[in-house]
Amino acid sequence: MLPTIIVIAIVLILAIFLITSYNRLIKLRNWVQEAWSQIDVQLKRRHDLIPNLVNTVKGYAEHERETLESVVEARSQLVNGSPQERIDADNQIEGALKSIFALSESYPDLKANENFLNLQEELSTTENKVAYSRQLYNKSVAEYNIKRQSFPTNLMASMFNFEGEEPLSIPEEEREVPDVSF
Amino acid sequence: MLYQQINQNKRKTVLLVALFSVLVLVLGSAIGYLLNNDFVSGVIITIIVLAIYVPITLKTANAQVLKMSGSKEIQRKDHPQLFGVVEELSIAARIPMPKVYIVEDPAPNAFATGTKPEKGAVAFTTGLLDRLNREELSGVAAHEIAHIRNYDIRLMTICVALVGVIVLVANIGSRMMLFGGARRGGGNNKSNPILMILAIVLVILAPIAAQFVKLAVSRNREYLADASAVEFTRNPKGLINALNKISQDPNDVKEAKEATASMYISNPFKKKRKKKSSLWSTHPPMESRIEQLKNM
Repeated sequence: MLPTIIVIAIVLILAIFLITSYNRLIKLRNWVQEAWSQIDVQLKRRHDLIPNLVNTVKGYAEHERETLESVVEARSQLVNGSPQERIDADNQIEGALKSIFALSESYPDLKANENFLNLQEELSTTENKVAYSRQLYNKSVAEYNIKRQSFPTNLMASMFNFEGEEPLSIPEEEREVPDVSF
Repeated sequence: MLYQQINQNKRKTVLLVALFSVLVLVLGSAIGYLLNNDFVSGVIITIIVLAIYVPITLKTANAQVLKMSGSKEIQRKDHPQLFGVVEELSIAARIPMPKVYIVEDPAPNAFATGTKPEKGAVAFTTGLLDRLNREELSGVAAHEIAHIRNYDIRLMTICVALVGVIVLVANIGSRMMLFGGARRGGGNNKSNPILMILAIVLVILAPIAAQFVKLAVSRNREYLADASAVEFTRNPKGLINALNKISQDPNDVKEAKEATASMYISNPFKKKRKKKSSLWSTHPPMESRIEQLKNM
């Protein structure tokens, strides 16, 4: 009698362990995907806002063609390509947008334009959302990878082929201390 | 440093709530002993009171706090920047977008409510919105969203409810002792006089002790929310500058009540914002909060 109880107990404990660690992995992997779709939504939003910004700025600063073109060029990459490619395009746009907002300093009319101010606020909140989503994405990837690799869940992970996820990296130039000149 | 602090705060909270529960049950048994000469009946009655009182408080707390503070809900078009900031930080905290409220008041302050993240709401005074820039506003919003994500509001509501139960039970106990004590005194000689005195002291001290524990929980959660705010924004500077601006303002929040004081980012009553840490304060001293933020 006693041995049967022990066997049943061991089987039960094993089953509970298998179910909870499998569910935990599923949950963590879904969080990674959800965090990515957040980034996706924001990148799309940024993509949609850019033509409005370019049109508004054009009216005031037609000859700043180069800055505007660089934004439009990077824009198409925002919605196509691999995650890392799209994040790289986003970083490029971020730099170009900064120069557009800096350029508005020399055009008082543009700086006072309400449409421009609204766009500026919308683009900066979108930029922040991208940044926070990336932070969340990397955090989720780390949580998932840690769970996937640590014992004993790693046994489950290899049994059911839970692949590792790659965190998003930041571009090299952002690691350097920015040059400040007056 | 950051994660260590979050973990340390979580441990302290568990300890404090455990302390609270023990206090409630001991009080219940003391009153049971005083009235019926047994320890069990009082505990049972206290548990019944708890089982009714705590869920009701949790259910109604949200609406009550928002109503008491005189705040009104806003939409994106009313304040696009504030709306954007709250949206950004709820992404970082992985909670649903809370409702956004504004309180017409020149004193810069903010509070959050919501016993679970799905029912979260954040409120900001107009004084705060006028004075802070985007970065500082992000710091404050992150602090409030941290309260929601960390389930601080549920914890504080439970604490308030427990204090309520303790005060209620102690009140009933002392009344019954006053009015029923003489009538019962003659026939009942079985009770131990030392235990009797201990029980009476407990009935008197329990409400005061409960108040202290509640305030200690409240102070602790402020540090935790500050730490989580930095976890979200990765930028202690915004919150530091905001706290400096808030602490320099001399105004009281008009609609704030004693019961809701611990919900605000900084004590809404200026004269109670002491330099030194005190057992009676709802918030830790601003200096030590800023000091902790600088060390992150």
